[in-house]
Amino acid sequence: MTTPTVLFDLPGPQARRRQRIGTTLGLVLVLALIGLALWRLGSNGQLEPARWAILFDFRAGVPQALGNALVDTLKVAAVSMVAATVLGALLAFGRLSDHAWVRVPVTVVIEFFRAVPLLILILFCLLYLPTIGLRVGAFGALALGLTLYNMSVLAEIFRAGILSVDRGQREAASALGMRTSQVMLLVLLPQAVRRMLPVLIAQLVVLLKDSSLGFIVGYFELLRQARSLVEFFNFQFGDLYTFQLYVAAGLIYIIVNVLLSQLAKYVERRTRRNAKVAATAEVELPADVQMGGGAGGAVTA
Amino acid sequence: MRITRYAATLAVLGLALAGCSSEAGNQAAESSGSTAAVDTEVQFDAGTTMARLNEAGAITIGTKFDQPGFGLLNPRTQEPEGFDVEIGKLVAAKLGIDADKITWTETVSANREPFIQNGQVDIVVATYTINDTRKQVVDFAGPYYEAGQDIMVAKGNPENIAGPDDLAGKTVCSVEGSTPAQNIRDNYPQAQLTTYDVYSKCADDLRNGNVQAVTTDNVILTGLVAGSPDAFELVGKPFTKEPYGIGLKKGDDQFRSFINDVLEESFQDGAWAEAWDRTAGKITGTEAPEPPKVNRY
Amino acid sequence: MSFLADNFPLLRDAFLTTLALAVTSGICALVLGTLLTAMRVSPVAPLRAAATFYVEVFRNTPLTVVFFFLAFGIVEIDLQFPSRFISAVAALSLYTAAFVSEALRSGINSVPSGQAEAARALGLDFRQTLGTIVLPQAFRTVVPPLGNVWIALAKNTSIAAGFAVTDLTATLQRLANQNADQLLVVFMAIVVAYLIITLPSAWLIGVIERRTAILR
Repeated sequence: MTTPTVLFDLPGPQARRRQRIGTTLGLVLVLALIGLALWRLGSNGQLEPARWAILFDFRAGVPQALGNALVDTLKVAAVSMVAATVLGALLAFGRLSDHAWVRVPVTVVIEFFRAVPLLILILFCLLYLPTIGLRVGAFGALALGLTLYNMSVLAEIFRAGILSVDRGQREAASALGMRTSQVMLLVLLPQAVRRMLPVLIAQLVVLLKDSSLGFIVGYFELLRQARSLVEFFNFQFGDLYTFQLYVAAGLIYIIVNVLLSQLAKYVERRTRRNAKVAATAEVELPADVQMGGGAGGAVTA
Repeated sequence: MRITRYAATLAVLGLALAGCSSEAGNQAAESSGSTAAVDTEVQFDAGTTMARLNEAGAITIGTKFDQPGFGLLNPRTQEPEGFDVEIGKLVAAKLGIDADKITWTETVSANREPFIQNGQVDIVVATYTINDTRKQVVDFAGPYYEAGQDIMVAKGNPENIAGPDDLAGKTVCSVEGSTPAQNIRDNYPQAQLTTYDVYSKCADDLRNGNVQAVTTDNVILTGLVAGSPDAFELVGKPFTKEPYGIGLKKGDDQFRSFINDVLEESFQDGAWAEAWDRTAGKITGTEAPEPPKVNRY
Repeated sequence: MSFLADNFPLLRDAFLTTLALAVTSGICALVLGTLLTAMRVSPVAPLRAAATFYVEVFRNTPLTVVFFFLAFGIVEIDLQFPSRFISAVAALSLYTAAFVSEALRSGINSVPSGQAEAARALGLDFRQTLGTIVLPQAFRTVVPPLGNVWIALAKNTSIAAGFAVTDLTATLQRLANQNADQLLVVFMAIVVAYLIITLPSAWLIGVIERRTAILR
């Protein structure tokens, strides 16, 4: 990011003073808003330590339940990620194939699964597949839906990655007498994969976010588990712990995802330092893909 | 055709099942009271659903996970508890299946029919009202309980809602795919209906003032009021009859009549009333009502 | 086919709800996202930090969680949206704005720095440089990514179904339940409805992309 320094002069002493005043005022405003929110929360009794203690009460089973839900969330994300990566790579090869009878159907598959909302895909797996004899439970439906959607997204990312490898590499390999498949497997793929690693981790964040859609099929990921706890305690204590439980589930998601995002950035920095991948252009996860739940349209490579 | 009969000899399978009343089963039983005694010596005609389930020694039952008193997930055991769950256990026991061999699957109002149709669950015991529309796609054993649609309002009834006719112009919340929601759509079109996937969200919306009433079966509402007696109250004038049945695959008449037998037996030997007292009865604070008459259509 | 005839009003209303949800949220997200982008490249460090913080938080939060807090959480600080449709618009806009900002930022980065340098050399200040030189060019390159964000948004509206908005997905659940024996027809009707929104958008993006590609 060199742009900011190009867009404006380095601020002089007067501008710096103005900025300092502005910053202070802004900070005061933000703090005041946070204070107001906390005050409202407090006057609604939401900040009472006893209410938050439930999150750490092993006798009530809350930490275990949330822990299990986190494991289940990670489990469905991991399974879908592995399956989507493998299938996505195959689809990417298919779409780059020289044969139209491979390329065209693969393209249709990729475009279809990217054009349908993930939630609909998951519901389809849950409700329709069993009628044709494929018995998938809540886990299966969620994992399959996530896989189908993410494999088509990853296929496009892989394709972009393979195409981003410097053309000279491909030409040199062909000149050495390698067959197309050899060029792909021995020359292009190893370089593309290094380049793709941070993007893959970033995609895992997207997938983890999307696993929260499990609530609709009754899979006990974090959010559904939090709701279940709310319902259980509601029955004895009213809404005493509702806010706390939802905040806990939301925070766990954010913390895990921020950690994963940081890992992606770290890997990205390491890869960029590596001279061996210098031959490839930078590939970023497009903004719409990061939104999860349904990226679409044409990815430009 | 009578299909339940007790074999003279101990089936090998039965023995194995008897040995299976393990710790896990007891643990689940601990929180929701005792479990029905498992019939270890049952035998069924080959080819029936009963024989298949008995042979497998396992059954998948769809129930609700969010309904106090009927089917509510216990976070400690990760098993649902309630009257529906006990009814499910009664049926399983008569099939020679131990309580810990039951797989509980969450069925919400909006996916009960597809789940039965596509075989994802063997039976559904989930505050499931028997009606003609549903009978077109699934079959029902029972009823095993008769509820009625009622209205829950904010404490003190600020909107003065005494019955469904007072809902005109008011925002009322219910759950998608439930009979009460359909009833409002069909018969009280002037009420503004908001639908969620679960009742707990309706309760939250009533608490927040986003809706003025929540309507569904009285026993479900009683469970919601029980948790927040300071926030909610029940109008208390049920205006429909909601016979709860056990949903099963359409056309499986043998299985249906078997479950009806099980239900009738439990009505007579007190197992039904006992299950009520241990679960839903604790919330309503009432004695077990007179069991309904099983409808063998 | 009687299924389609019987349920046409229902499907049409659901389609219009989904479309209204997507369009309203799209406009709000575009405005908010542009504002965030301007903050992210601004000379004032705290503004940059605030905008980056915003984007990072929403990038790492599931949309469902955002929905939950806007529907049921903000009551605890005594706030309330007038209707569930509006809280859905708010959730979708706040979430999508972060990604609009991401798309715009990568667009700004794609404008060669020589352009900004030349503008600065001509004596244009920050606002003029950004407003008359960088953003107009950036907007052109970001049409495809922004279009993709729009399509993703249109599909993400399906989550509103879990929060009392009777959109296409909510209608799918209702119809699937009533027509458990014709599931495939139900799914096809709903999928086609979504494709009516997404496919023309994708096509339009492709056209604009090809037009603007000549400029570079």
